[in-house]
Amino acid sequence: MTVRRLAEKQPPSFEFTPENQTWAEKEIAKYPPGRQASAVIPLLWRAQAQNDYWVTKPAIETIAGMLDMPFIRVLEIATFYSMFNLEPVGKHFIQLCGTTPCALRGAEDIKKVCATRIGEQRHVSVDGKFSWLEVECLGACSNAPMVQINDDYYEDLTPENFNKLLDDLAAGRPVQKGSQVGRISSEPEPRKGTTLEDASLYDGSVVGSWRKRFDESIAAAASAAAEKK
Amino acid sequence: MLADRDRIFTNLYGFHSPGLKAAQMRGAWDGTKALIDRGKDWIISEMKASGLRGRGGAGFPTGLKWSFMPKPDPARPSYLVVNADESEPGTCKDREIMRNDPHLLVEGCMIASFAMGAHACYIYVRGEYIHERERLQAAVDEAYEAKLIGKDNVHGWPFDLYVHHGAGAYICGEETALLESLEGKKGMPRMKPPFPANMGLYGCPTTVNNVESIAVAPTILRRGAGWFSSFGNPNNVGTKLFCVSGHVNKPCNVEEAMSIPFRELIDKHCGGIRGGWDNLLAVIPGGSSVRCVPADQIIDCPMDFDSLSKLKSGLGTAAVIVMDKSTDIVKAIARLSYFYKHESCGQCTPCREGTGWMYRVITRMVEGRAQKREIDMLLEVSKQIEGHTICALGDAAAWPIQGLITHFRGEIEKRIDQYAANPHSDPVRIAAE
Repeated sequence: MTVRRLAEKQPPSFEFTPENQTWAEKEIAKYPPGRQASAVIPLLWRAQAQNDYWVTKPAIETIAGMLDMPFIRVLEIATFYSMFNLEPVGKHFIQLCGTTPCALRGAEDIKKVCATRIGEQRHVSVDGKFSWLEVECLGACSNAPMVQINDDYYEDLTPENFNKLLDDLAAGRPVQKGSQVGRISSEPEPRKGTTLEDASLYDGSVVGSWRKRFDESIAAAASAAAEKK
Repeated sequence: MLADRDRIFTNLYGFHSPGLKAAQMRGAWDGTKALIDRGKDWIISEMKASGLRGRGGAGFPTGLKWSFMPKPDPARPSYLVVNADESEPGTCKDREIMRNDPHLLVEGCMIASFAMGAHACYIYVRGEYIHERERLQAAVDEAYEAKLIGKDNVHGWPFDLYVHHGAGAYICGEETALLESLEGKKGMPRMKPPFPANMGLYGCPTTVNNVESIAVAPTILRRGAGWFSSFGNPNNVGTKLFCVSGHVNKPCNVEEAMSIPFRELIDKHCGGIRGGWDNLLAVIPGGSSVRCVPADQIIDCPMDFDSLSKLKSGLGTAAVIVMDKSTDIVKAIARLSYFYKHESCGQCTPCREGTGWMYRVITRMVEGRAQKREIDMLLEVSKQIEGHTICALGDAAAWPIQGLITHFRGEIEKRIDQYAANPHSDPVRIAAE
């Protein structure tokens, strides 16, 4: 558990953009009537995305009104779930996985890069471009170490390629999302001689190949039933 | 090694398109109507016969779980909820299913919902998986478009599928906490009983299954329970996604037969241990919540539920975290302790207070700034947390520490000796802070 409070300085008001308002109404319709509270996390999430990645008190009040929930019920959601940022973050908000699988593969070095380049955790750099936070396992452990910057995962990091990634982001250059060493996902690298190389899996020949045995088992079951009678 | 033909997740690595057409070429949505036409009793008995044990960690038989759902009652609709809140450190398999083979999951949801009489299903995806959620939603939209699911679909079972998401709470992977979260509350686990099969989502009968358990169901039904149960040792059958991370040469996800020996898994797919087999120190074989196993015990151990529980560990989610001899094992476990302290929901006192207490003590032990009698005290406290909380997070926090003390007590004592032998400005403090 961590102590999480709303930021001291709050904007005066919050309103969903018209597109987000339409989206929110659709989201609420996913749940049975009277269960609109289920939409609280998606709505808070969208409010955060709309507001430079942090949740404000007026946003919480607006959502409480939309979902017919008491303010405190929405506030406790915003403080319970760690992905809601309760204070402003940098333009590129880095969430660095520091849990054991990443730590084993060098998350400490990546942390040092963040500390030297950006400073303390939760502290927005002077140019407003970066802030960082050590978070718990982000579920990309075969591609460790990794960070999430805003919505995107950046995997297989080393201090060198991470420094370059931050340089590129700071300069506004396009960056490679996902693995930074050219892996497509979590396949073994190099891949040759491993799994899923059988081309016949992908040419459509597997379709229906199970049907003969399946139909025979239906026939066998039917004849067994007939014999019983 | 498992033949490629016998793999269920043939697009695990995303080399091919996740879209509907390509998925159908790989065999998804193939004859789903024929499966459904054989009736729910056949589906459930086939799932029971296949011996599939839940892939979310506990290993409860999936077919049996489906059979617990009560008869449909119009006043209380049944729900299927898919647990895609994959947050167990070391685990990264459901992510690949959702982004690369989402149609297997969507089809599995349709079949499982039919088998338990549910007309609606929610998939609860962890908040951080933003692109995975988009991919999954795209697959759901495609399936609606092709009338494979929806109110009026070709399979003749009205069925709606919704993708929901969380916002970064590990505890929401616990099934009742997930239901609370899905209802728009804080993710705090519920007391059981009543079990979700009687009182689940919105007070209605609900079954919560892991992504992998649901996604393998259509293929099992197509190819037969006998095919699936031909892999692995008795009571631990089937194929399984292993997520290998840590000190191996090629960390990866791979689908393999259950009960594959650890050495074979690592040599065949992961390029061996970094620095060779003599360099292996310990392995956490099932995600952070199980006890670690030292090298000599794990090397030739079959990777399955029963063999690993004999070693007082577990298969869990099959997230294999490998540690070589360069690892500071006390620090690695201390980091897990911090994880549980961070993720405790705060509902039960033994867990809320205990996880922080254990973390503070073990952090001192990393440097050796402790006394030897505190090792036993720590073990004692961990046993007082285990089993005294509503959900299993208390147990999960206690087990890594118990494993460390069982297998690496000497290492902790060595550090304490070293610390005591050197002069320090601050005195060795006692016990709790």
